[in-house]
Amino acid sequence: MTTTIGQPNSVAISFFFIFVLITLGITYWAARKTRTTSQFYAADRSISGLQNGLALAGDYMSAASFLGIAGLVATGGYDGLIYSIGYLVGWPIVMFLIAEPLRNLGKYTFADVVAYRLQVRPIRTTAAIGSIVTVIIYLIAQMVGAGSLIKLMFGLPYEVALVVVGALMIAYVLFGGMLATTWVQIIKAVLLLGGATLLTLMTLAHFGFSYSNLFAAVGNLKDGGKLLEPGASSKIATSSWDVLSLAIGLMFGTAGLPHILMRFYTVPNAKEARKSVFYATGFIGYFYILTFTIGFGAAALVSKSYLAPLDKGGKTSNMAAPLLAEILGGHMFLGFITAVAFATILAVVAGLTLAGASALSHDIYVGVVRHGESAENEEVKVAKVATIALGVCAVLFGLLFKEVNVAFMVGLAFAVAASANFPALLLSITWRKYTTSGAVASMLTGLIVSVVLIILSPTVWEDVFQKGVAKDLIHHAPFPMKNPALISMLAAFAVGIVVSLMTKDQVAEDKFDEEILRAYVGVGAE
Amino acid sequence: MSEQQVRRTILDDPDFKELSRQKNRISLVLTVVILVVYFTYMLLIAFSKSALSAPVANGTLGIPIGIGVIILAWVLTGIYVRWANTQYDALVEKVKQKISE
Repeated sequence: MTTTIGQPNSVAISFFFIFVLITLGITYWAARKTRTTSQFYAADRSISGLQNGLALAGDYMSAASFLGIAGLVATGGYDGLIYSIGYLVGWPIVMFLIAEPLRNLGKYTFADVVAYRLQVRPIRTTAAIGSIVTVIIYLIAQMVGAGSLIKLMFGLPYEVALVVVGALMIAYVLFGGMLATTWVQIIKAVLLLGGATLLTLMTLAHFGFSYSNLFAAVGNLKDGGKLLEPGASSKIATSSWDVLSLAIGLMFGTAGLPHILMRFYTVPNAKEARKSVFYATGFIGYFYILTFTIGFGAAALVSKSYLAPLDKGGKTSNMAAPLLAEILGGHMFLGFITAVAFATILAVVAGLTLAGASALSHDIYVGVVRHGESAENEEVKVAKVATIALGVCAVLFGLLFKEVNVAFMVGLAFAVAASANFPALLLSITWRKYTTSGAVASMLTGLIVSVVLIILSPTVWEDVFQKGVAKDLIHHAPFPMKNPALISMLAAFAVGIVVSLMTKDQVAEDKFDEEILRAYVGVGAE
Repeated sequence: MSEQQVRRTILDDPDFKELSRQKNRISLVLTVVILVVYFTYMLLIAFSKSALSAPVANGTLGIPIGIGVIILAWVLTGIYVRWANTQYDALVEKVKQKISE
């Protein structure tokens, strides 16, 4: 048996066109309800807890987690699950510490919350930089992933794929704002959960609905025993400390992702916000259990059915799930899964673009340039210009960074989010003595330390630089760990606390009572 | 009463104090639970792989434990929502009424 992946698949193309037609129809409908800032950024706060839970899941489950984690499990075995668990445990943290105060205190961006009682201009400037850096890194990862996947699955040239993705995401956000983005994410989440459930059921049916049989089949593979052992793959970290650092980055990164935080403003109140985290955690957790099963199914079945086994970490490992779909469900099912992967990418990049545009327009333009005073339609106009600019940048970056490792970029985005955004957000809602200088210093420290440590890490230093001219000069990376969050996040907290203790911000201290009252009770919440 | 005085009265109100005390406590306890569970799991991966490699149903012990961490994370969010929807919201309503009076 040989695979048809890479050849234009009429089923996939039909499914994809149906998806595009439906989502553009929704965008047309949403466009009439997208006039004010509250409509553009927050869907007029009309989304229910369940809808937002699905949309959060749709925003969070990227093609990187569907194809990437299934592929990671198929080639690296158990260690794929370590990533899944790390991504998931961030959600309880969002629930217990962030979701309700964020909803009660903010308007459209997480910078609203940090700037609530601190000096608006310096805070909004730094928070927006943190947001935009996170969004752009994540966006590059998604665009590069999108281009390579579509090329591999439809046989479409990389550049054409990027332009299609870029054009569609700009259309959703530009005309339909948050309302259209939300429904694209909801539809995608339902399709992805449905498709993955079906693929899992077919896998389990092949093994008599017994995980024990599935694991036995994996164990019987050449080197299959290793696949079932935790921590057997050395790819994720260089040492035990590095594992700890990875854990911190994954866990607290979620609570600092601007496109996720922004979704909490789409629900009417804190109660719906907390319900949406509960639904999202359930959907995402369920999805990770599915990808784990799919990955092992692919390990057991794909290499047996095809001559060439999946290569480690290479492009074909991303194809583990589609290959499995083809083996179990034939051409039709492969087409469906391929179209779902495409839809997945669109929903995530739309959410990212909207978050980036809101940081540019709401935080930088209105908050900093216009001192918080700007007409509704002017702000929407600026947000739309920012949307187009970001969309075009995303496509250009995708072309520029074609060779970049997608998993590495996602890891970097989480490390920056955990270090630059999360500590400032948490301290601003919990600590009376937090000052403007402390917050600015903390955000800059988190951002700079995480980026610099990544550049000095073995991932960049040895894997990237050593292949280049400096080969003979460089032997060891100056920083020994692949994951910077242990140091960069703790540094951000430490600097935030020390600088706050050294400075005094009387206005911020006086306003803390008001902030607490609003955060807990919701008085005056937008 | 000025707005500031109203705020002062509410902040000193026993119901608000009870509300913030309960909310802080449950957030802290649940955060500590998920942190301990997750970091114990990751430390086992980092320092004691052999314990998680014990065979279970043709797989390894790490598999049910890993899936267990996912399910526990979800259950914890469920416990929080249940508490907040019943007890917390009732207290919030009480305090809100006092503010409007």
